[in-house]
Amino acid sequence: MKVAKLIAVLVGAGVIAGAAQAQQTGTLKKVKDTGTITLGVRDSSIPFSYLDDKQSYQGYSIDLCMKIVSAVQKELGLTSLNVRMNPVTSATRIPLMANGTVDLECGSTTNNLERQKQVAFAPTTFVTANRLLAKKSSNIKSLADMKGKTIVSTSGTSNLKQITTLNGEQNLGMNIMAAKDHAEGFLMVETGRAVAFAMDDILLASLAASSKAPNDYTITTEALSVEPYGIMLRRDDPEFKKVVDAAITNVFKSGDITRIYNKWFMSAIPPKGVNLNVPMSAPLKAAIAKPTDSGDPTAYAAK
Amino acid sequence: MNYNWNWRIFWEASPDGMGTYMDTLWSGLVWTLATALSAWIMALVLGAIVGTIRTMPNRAAARVADGYIELFRNIPLLVQMFLWYFVMPELVPEALGNWLKSRPDAAFVTAVICLGFFTSSRVAVQVSAGINALPRGQKMAGTALGLTLPQTYRHVLLPMAFRIVIPPLTSEFLNIIKNSAVALTIGLMELTARARSMQEFSFQVFEAFTAATLIYIVVNVIVVNLMRFIEKRVAVPGFITTGTAGAGGH
Repeated sequence: MKVAKLIAVLVGAGVIAGAAQAQQTGTLKKVKDTGTITLGVRDSSIPFSYLDDKQSYQGYSIDLCMKIVSAVQKELGLTSLNVRMNPVTSATRIPLMANGTVDLECGSTTNNLERQKQVAFAPTTFVTANRLLAKKSSNIKSLADMKGKTIVSTSGTSNLKQITTLNGEQNLGMNIMAAKDHAEGFLMVETGRAVAFAMDDILLASLAASSKAPNDYTITTEALSVEPYGIMLRRDDPEFKKVVDAAITNVFKSGDITRIYNKWFMSAIPPKGVNLNVPMSAPLKAAIAKPTDSGDPTAYAAK
Repeated sequence: MNYNWNWRIFWEASPDGMGTYMDTLWSGLVWTLATALSAWIMALVLGAIVGTIRTMPNRAAARVADGYIELFRNIPLLVQMFLWYFVMPELVPEALGNWLKSRPDAAFVTAVICLGFFTSSRVAVQVSAGINALPRGQKMAGTALGLTLPQTYRHVLLPMAFRIVIPPLTSEFLNIIKNSAVALTIGLMELTARARSMQEFSFQVFEAFTAATLIYIVVNVIVVNLMRFIEKRVAVPGFITTGTAGAGGH
């Protein structure tokens, strides 16, 4: 079905190729008709998309979305383009995208195969992984070092599930605790009730950076899982996706990405002026060198 | 509308290790029912006691009961949930607080206690209204027969009052089931929380919430019929009319 559709589109494209530029459809047409593009933004996904102390939305994903917005404006030949910021939550982002309220979702949404049945993703712009945070003094380099020790993760997360599975598979005999939220999980390591905290590395970095003694902690280099984040758009809108993909690819190729990345991950960010200090990971470097919107974690395996 | 419907999603494996998405929702329903039923028993017992005290001739006792009702009725349920879960463990002695926080079923226990107290204040109001709805002569007749005040309540007033308030109590029973969804904010994985996690994993948001809606409706239809059955069974011929569940809610 999908293949047939694709072939039809390709054949159609071939027919029109010689002709003048085709009529715009989908999101591009909507943006052109209304003169407005709407971004779905999050209010607390630091540093991807959040409200700062001046009540304006900003972050890494929003900067990248603005690059897409300029590309769309150029594509449509508009002299001005209104950008509307529409707050979304994890529960509302899909319905609002489906019913046309938001055109791009600029947050920290994981791209996976399951979700690609419902939405499309721009090329991956961040790769996070399930890693361990521990005190430097406890000398934890990998999960194997945790044999027989106490580990904590946040209840209801895939991270906790993975730790439980690995504990059984590798006979580590770890004592696994579930914290009710990320802050409590970090507190358990801080107070010594647990040796390590297993969570998405970017969340760990942000917890460590805003703690009392950021230099006391280290995050393991061993990645237990891989989760690519991408900017989300509607499915079955090849015209719009082409513009989005080209815009992100241009940011990657021009080296702009390094500046944007460093702005949010390697320097002080509002509102508190905390520096997350997360250097670009190998999987992300690979995804920037060869842009991909794959939802398969194996595509990001550190080379 | 650019949405990819997939009603077969319920038979697909869910990544939370519960089996299929259907199993995920089912386990949520079990938690919803466990929470609602436990809290309902607590609410009925407390509400009956407080509601009765409120109608007693002793002014001081009635004042205390009034205070209890106002306390639990005037604070939004969501706020109460947070107070019980995050604030209460900090106010009790530290050892007890730590024990509370480390219990694996802390969210469930907290949700039951919170819903129980919240709903008990509403039940208390209805019970006292039921008692006050009885003709004043009932109480006088009871005492004239030589019954003590507790005996008058036990044998004359309460049996009548409870029959009167079955319809509004039905609404409260339905409310407690719906209100149990608030417990997802403290991490109880009940039905609504499960529907949310299903949409989080699969992005099939409309299917997830359609299923949750239908399940809530079925449960509530069962409850309404159960309460009607009880109402008919305990009806005293010629006392009050039967078979109309009052419209309630908030």
